[in-house]
Amino acid sequence: AALKDGLRSQVSAALKEGRVTPTELCQRCLALIKSTKFLNAYITVAEETALKQAEESEERYKRGMLVYGIPIAVKDKKNAAGIETTCASNMLKGYISPYNATVVQKLLDHGAVLLGKTNLDEFAMGSGSTDGVFGPVRNPWSYSKQYKEKSVPKCHSEDEESNWVITGGSSGGSAAAVSSFTCFAALGSDTGGSTRNPAAHCGVVGLKPTYGLISRHGLIPLVNSMDVPGILTRCVDDAAVLLGSLKKHDPKDSTTIQDDFKKKKLPNLTDVSKLSIGIPKEYHAPGLSSEILALWSKAADLFRNAGAKVVEVSLPHTPYSIVCYHVLCTAEVASNMARFDGLEYGHRSDTKDSTESMYAATRREGFNDVVRGRILSGNYFLLKQNYEKYFVKAQKVRRLIANDFVKVFRSGVDILLTPTTLSDAAPYTEFIQEDNRTRSAQDDILTQAANMAGLPAINVPTALSERGLPVGLQFIGRSFQEKQLLTVAKWFEKQVQFPVIQLEEVKRHDNAVFQHQKSASFS
Amino acid sequence: QKVSVEVLEHLEHLALVDFRDSEGVERLQKAIQFADQLHQVNTDGVEPMDSVLEDRWCLYLREDDVTEGNCTKELLENAREKVEEYFVAPPGNIPLPKLEERKTFLQGS
Repeated sequence: AALKDGLRSQVSAALKEGRVTPTELCQRCLALIKSTKFLNAYITVAEETALKQAEESEERYKRGMLVYGIPIAVKDKKNAAGIETTCASNMLKGYISPYNATVVQKLLDHGAVLLGKTNLDEFAMGSGSTDGVFGPVRNPWSYSKQYKEKSVPKCHSEDEESNWVITGGSSGGSAAAVSSFTCFAALGSDTGGSTRNPAAHCGVVGLKPTYGLISRHGLIPLVNSMDVPGILTRCVDDAAVLLGSLKKHDPKDSTTIQDDFKKKKLPNLTDVSKLSIGIPKEYHAPGLSSEILALWSKAADLFRNAGAKVVEVSLPHTPYSIVCYHVLCTAEVASNMARFDGLEYGHRSDTKDSTESMYAATRREGFNDVVRGRILSGNYFLLKQNYEKYFVKAQKVRRLIANDFVKVFRSGVDILLTPTTLSDAAPYTEFIQEDNRTRSAQDDILTQAANMAGLPAINVPTALSERGLPVGLQFIGRSFQEKQLLTVAKWFEKQVQFPVIQLEEVKRHDNAVFQHQKSASFS
Repeated sequence: QKVSVEVLEHLEHLALVDFRDSEGVERLQKAIQFADQLHQVNTDGVEPMDSVLEDRWCLYLREDDVTEGNCTKELLENAREKVEEYFVAPPGNIPLPKLEERKTFLQGS
């Protein structure tokens, strides 16, 4: 039952009191990973090292650690020493990381158990987690009682196989892993919405921290000026604890700020009357489902009825954030992907004629269409004749987008409330009808601007759609004001009481050792 | 306004990545069309933004001291071809064959 309620805080308490050992917990998660293999959430399961870490965790003195014994999963875009890091690409198949990304190191230092690396779109380019070389990730909710009850099977034998829905992306594997209880928290990445989008579709909390708060050292970069490591958990409190263990200046990442942040527990907000919630009208984007629009409206009412000030605001350059992102992203990608040439690591072509032809052949063989497409587009926008017209122009538009937020926050608004996605998760067969770039442009529309401005944002699972699938809402906060953002998110989470997923697989693993605890508190 | 074959070939040289087929070229055309929407925005007097942290001056220089290293073995482990402590590359300074000399989809366009 604890796996079902699956809150890190409850499990932490159980671990501390010795009612369950890290090894038992780890074994249980590993078993669940095996039985949910059809989700394709994991690329690599580090069974041996995980069990070893769990055993080492059992030493008494480690019990005080922040995430002691907690099994976590990491998006396969972050280096974890001794484990293959592929970015779901042929280019890095067989690449064994020689070091830990700072975020991975920090979690291990705080006692976490690394279960494995999760699946994604190749090099995090995509919004469905469908375009990696290891195949698409399946949304665990496809197999939930809630979805099955609502779906009309076209034909008995076909229904499960053809009806499954996507996780969203690009951190789909991480979202699916957390959603299906195979781990208690996962790390993703967020450049255009890659943590919040799958979080919304998989019914989990997805936090995008402020740019500069958490180290990117070891996170294989997509867009250096926008990437952040993302945090996926089953509740806001868990996300806060993980954030606490990760936020710190890192001398290895010069874009992390030097301020010091105290690790404090999230307060329980009871009075929202001093809050001012902004509803940006441009987020009523074309294509927004009437269901989500209604939910968004209901949420605004929730705050209003509780005494908060709820105002409509305007972020006029919102419609341009996707175009702006398109140019800046491809330009930075063109630069970042230049390192993959087969010489020092990764795939290497057999061509021996010349260095250039070896590089060209290696990249021909190693990258998929999406990646190659973005590299070529990026190079186009960076050509001398296009530089001012596209790249610099996009940088100017970026400032306008960032300024929109500054103006709104300066006018007294504390937090913005918006939808996270345009609709609930699409069936895979429907999703793949459009190409990757089109889909990304459609799906990132509500999440991208926060990356453009570097602001913290979080998806909170809100309700189930008519199809029985999760829908989330997004809160965007001021720079480095994660405490306020998470406090409000936690209040909202408590009001909406999002239902627990009912999965057959998880029921089978339930064990009387874990009893539901009503008042569990960490530390 | 279509992108010329010369520019396409130039891009393939710069990126060392191929368009592969007409779909690849079409992809670029669509990307440019999409990006052209940027010109609808008035950016007179607006400075380009390099980093959202520009107000914080967090890009600093540290002391030029060696703080880590001695990991030759680890670094060489992931390379496919090496000799002693060297990465082995095919001969350099040989330019890629010109468009006319190589078999590429672009010749047909």
